Amino acid sequence: MVAVLFSITLIASAGVGAVNMITVEPIAAAKAAATQQALSEVLPAFERTSIDELEVDGLPIRVYTASNGEALAGYAVETMTKQGFNGVVKLMVGFLPDGTVTNVNVLEQSETPGLGTKMTEEGNPLLASIRNRKLEEKKLVGGKLAVTKDGGDVDALTAATISSRAYVDAINRAWMAMTSVKEGTRPTDVATGATVQHTEQTEEPAAREGERDE
Amino acid sequence: MNKLQIITSGILKNNPTFVLVLGMCPTLGTTTSASNGMGMGLATMAVLIMSNLVISLIKNLIPDKVRIPAFIVVIASFVTIIQMLMQAFVPALYASLGVFIPLIVVNCIILGRAEAFASKNGAFDSILDGVGIGLGFTLSLTAIGAVREILGSGAIFGYALGTADVMPLVFVLAPGGFLTLGYLMVLFNKLAKK
Amino acid sequence: MEISYFAIIIGAIFVNNVVLAQFLGICPFLGVSSKVETSLGMSAAVTFVMALTALVCWPLQEYVLNPLGIGYMQTIVFILVIAALVQMVEIILKKVSPALYQALGIFLPLITTNCAVLGVAILMIQKEFTLLQSVTYSVATAIGFGLALVLFAGLRERLDFEDVPAAFKGVPIALITAGILAMAFMGFSGLV
Repeated sequence: MVAVLFSITLIASAGVGAVNMITVEPIAAAKAAATQQALSEVLPAFERTSIDELEVDGLPIRVYTASNGEALAGYAVETMTKQGFNGVVKLMVGFLPDGTVTNVNVLEQSETPGLGTKMTEEGNPLLASIRNRKLEEKKLVGGKLAVTKDGGDVDALTAATISSRAYVDAINRAWMAMTSVKEGTRPTDVATGATVQHTEQTEEPAAREGERDE
Repeated sequence: MNKLQIITSGILKNNPTFVLVLGMCPTLGTTTSASNGMGMGLATMAVLIMSNLVISLIKNLIPDKVRIPAFIVVIASFVTIIQMLMQAFVPALYASLGVFIPLIVVNCIILGRAEAFASKNGAFDSILDGVGIGLGFTLSLTAIGAVREILGSGAIFGYALGTADVMPLVFVLAPGGFLTLGYLMVLFNKLAKK
Repeated sequence: MEISYFAIIIGAIFVNNVVLAQFLGICPFLGVSSKVETSLGMSAAVTFVMALTALVCWPLQEYVLNPLGIGYMQTIVFILVIAALVQMVEIILKKVSPALYQALGIFLPLITTNCAVLGVAILMIQKEFTLLQSVTYSVATAIGFGLALVLFAGLRERLDFEDVPAAFKGVPIALITAGILAMAFMGFSGLV
């Protein structure tokens, strides 16, 4: 009896393992494509990126420094927060070399449909409040961005204060990470355990696309 | 029962959503739009067909006492396989269905059909039963999703109808799920009686 | 900034109520909610199993599945753990406290297929909670489940005395009632 159950489990696990081996690459490719897509949506044209992995307030933040040859094209920050209405919200935030926010792309969210999910829409009040602006020129509360309800001047989404605060929290984290990479310092709010890992990405997306065309 | 009847009974007489009232969690949780409902229905149908097939093939090998755990293992494996395939090839749909994909495991429809049909019938009939019940589930979910999408976000299958601003948002939120399903069930009952 | 335990508890009970906002555990919600008494028993059994599930599944994921690189076996492992736990609880309860078994016994087999239990186990891993946070989250979710179930049972006991049109009888009117209850719960959304 136990033997039958055990062999069924064994065969089933083997099957699942086999499918995993087949799908592990497409899954990784789908994720990489999504990242690449997000990068190109928040940054001006670039040739290559280098990646810095930081930890801000205990959450992993990834900064992509994009450049054209020697010239800096901008920064894209893959940032996150756990303060969303339903947990994690992940954003990709683009900055020009002078710190101007170019665009924000919502990578992952599970907010309330029709309320918090408005953060993914083009031209929503949150994005409109910071797009094409330098964050240090906004009305800051304790050196950070804040929604109008908390004394700042970022317009929140209607009836979605929690989601809006989460969005702003992730943007603040991206800003901190970007500044620290730009100035080569540690993120300002991290007391201990800030690990900065720098990896150069040799793959050149633009060039790769060129190859495919040939 | 002839072969065609097996399929049609799953869509009408034994409709899993409106008649058997099974699998309510994904029915309510994923039908915020027609395409989400349809995606969930198809994923469930795939698992149902495969688990029905395998269970009908191995039914004589399984001792009666460990029947249920064995079924659960088979179903869970297929769910995991579907989960990985969706993650690889339709990542956007996978992301929007979220936790409800792994939860296909505990969808009472699948275990219910394994117990009530696949463990008593041959492989081919079991596949047909999976197709029928699966289609019934997919059609119901798509219908509920379509109603909620039209009423709540003024769109159908993602195509805006230009009425987004005047539509009551509540239909894509949680209460709208319960209300839509409740009223559609009333409608189904009325039509079925005639 | 870590999420405070208070926020987890209030969030799981009221704001993101497992039944009325997340649509998990609808089957027992519709099935066992015709009487207040039985719904109390069901909630107690669910709370117990959910807490145990968090205590077992979290270490399993963290110390077994992740190090081995087989995180994808999560669904299979978790559902087996839950099924085994329910069996064990049933056997132990029968031996140790026949009175409690009498009260909860009939609900236990139903819990394996209660998607709220598996759902919470998967969500707590997804939300990257610590063990203590996971247990807090699970228990709070179970309390939220109980709250919705008992409230709903109270409403349904009243519904029995009402003259409901034939096509609405049974599940449809229950769903519509649940919809109105869910609207009431939406009022909590500004709370955290």
